[in-house]
Amino acid sequence: MCKRLWKTSLLAFLTAATGLVAIASHADAVDDIKKRGKLIVGSKADYKPYGFRDSSGKIVGIEPDLAAHLAKKLGVKLELVPVVSSNRMQFLQQGKIDVLLATMSITSDRRKVVWILDPAYYSSGTNILAPKKANFTKWEDLRGKPVCGIQGAFYNKKTAEVYGAEIVAFKSTPEVYTALKQGRCVGFVYDDSSIMGTLADKADWADYEMPLPTIDETPWGMAVRFNEYRLYGMVSEEIQKWHGNGTILEEEKKWGVKNTPFAEEMHNKYPEWH
Amino acid sequence: MEALYHWCRRLYDDTAINYTICYDPFDRARMAHGILTTIELAATCLVFSVIIGVVGAWLQGSRFVWTKRIVQGYIQFFRNTPPLVQLYFFYFALGNLMPRSTNAYGFQEPMLDNFDWAVIALSFFAGAFNVEIFRSGIEAVPTATVEAAEALGYSRLKAYMHIVLPLAFRVALPALNNNLVNLIKTTTIAYAIAVPEMLYVSNQIWSDNVNVPEMMIFLLLAYVGLVALLVWGMHRWEHAMRIPGYGGGT
Repeated sequence: MCKRLWKTSLLAFLTAATGLVAIASHADAVDDIKKRGKLIVGSKADYKPYGFRDSSGKIVGIEPDLAAHLAKKLGVKLELVPVVSSNRMQFLQQGKIDVLLATMSITSDRRKVVWILDPAYYSSGTNILAPKKANFTKWEDLRGKPVCGIQGAFYNKKTAEVYGAEIVAFKSTPEVYTALKQGRCVGFVYDDSSIMGTLADKADWADYEMPLPTIDETPWGMAVRFNEYRLYGMVSEEIQKWHGNGTILEEEKKWGVKNTPFAEEMHNKYPEWH
Repeated sequence: MEALYHWCRRLYDDTAINYTICYDPFDRARMAHGILTTIELAATCLVFSVIIGVVGAWLQGSRFVWTKRIVQGYIQFFRNTPPLVQLYFFYFALGNLMPRSTNAYGFQEPMLDNFDWAVIALSFFAGAFNVEIFRSGIEAVPTATVEAAEALGYSRLKAYMHIVLPLAFRVALPALNNNLVNLIKTTTIAYAIAVPEMLYVSNQIWSDNVNVPEMMIFLLLAYVGLVALLVWGMHRWEHAMRIPGYGGGT
């Protein structure tokens, strides 16, 4: 009995470690979605303007819009599940969501855990949001200073390891903004795309800027569980279409983001959808 | 040590069991720091919560109605609200009202930092339970014993310190033990206000390396170890303080 328990737990651990968890034998995800009548997408709810809550509490933004396109294509209703950086891949693995569309940068480690779709649908780099009076000009200026971050973001490690900042990481952006305004950290290391969205809110953030050169330009990937071939193919084609027919560029305009070089480049890469 | 690091690396290559805290110097350093932070946080809270318990239980026996009411109010407030909510309340709401000082970078920073607030919130939280635990111990001390002390000319404070508390302590120890074990485990919520303790560091490491199961197993074992250490110490203490015929079983 005891021996069996050991064996089972060891086995469970190994399967989990190799990232093969929760994809056991069930029907194709597309069938499941159609049978259920709704597509469940994991998206951010604290990441303006990509996924955030409007005054009525509804999750809106660029990513919810894209998710709505997907649901329409599948002919089903859409349900958005709010996720955060530190749990989003687990939500997908456990089957709580069908598609992950949550500002996730593509890294090689992440490719081992979930099936990241090509092509990338968006891209961003890393920068900081800092008070103007701090006068930062280069990343090295952050050495030894407390810098706020989001728990689970991949650039926290680099900011600490390479530039010597002391990362003070919180669960989500409201806590970070509060801590930043209370002076508990000298800046907030985050995606440049989101910082631009924050700075667009002139009333609240007039004394703040994005002073450093953007580093680590990384593409963002949507993801599905491994071996969901039909879902993968369908979503992948949708992404190409969004680039080609200008959906991404329009979404940026709609939500007040300047058209990014990445979006323009991808638009030219898929002329067949123009 | 080098051999161990090498072995961990091999383990990852061969089996995909990824313990970066073993072979990666940066992750190793932050985990070591995380463990120390947890121990420091737990030890500080342990001491303060016991002090709060002892003082609170004494005040509860006060002759003044208002002293009793204030202690009762404190207990009710801290026992009836979740510790995570208290922590957020202290750090974000009260913390912002604190006088500000200019820090080394020329920023206006509130006086107490996140570690200080975690110590305050958790000590008061566990302290509220400790007051009641000590009260139960004090009530177990026979009135005749207290009266005997009074007859010998002890003041209330002296009788409390030399007669009542030592006896009450022995009765309350098992319950205190329980509460302190809980306190150690509750230190994990400090990660909500970015105190870099073990859970916070693990969370960051598994986000960087996507090795969630490995880190979960490590965390569980680390807490089992920490709590075992406390329980062992408390049992030793309980044993050393044993007086025949007074609590403590055998």
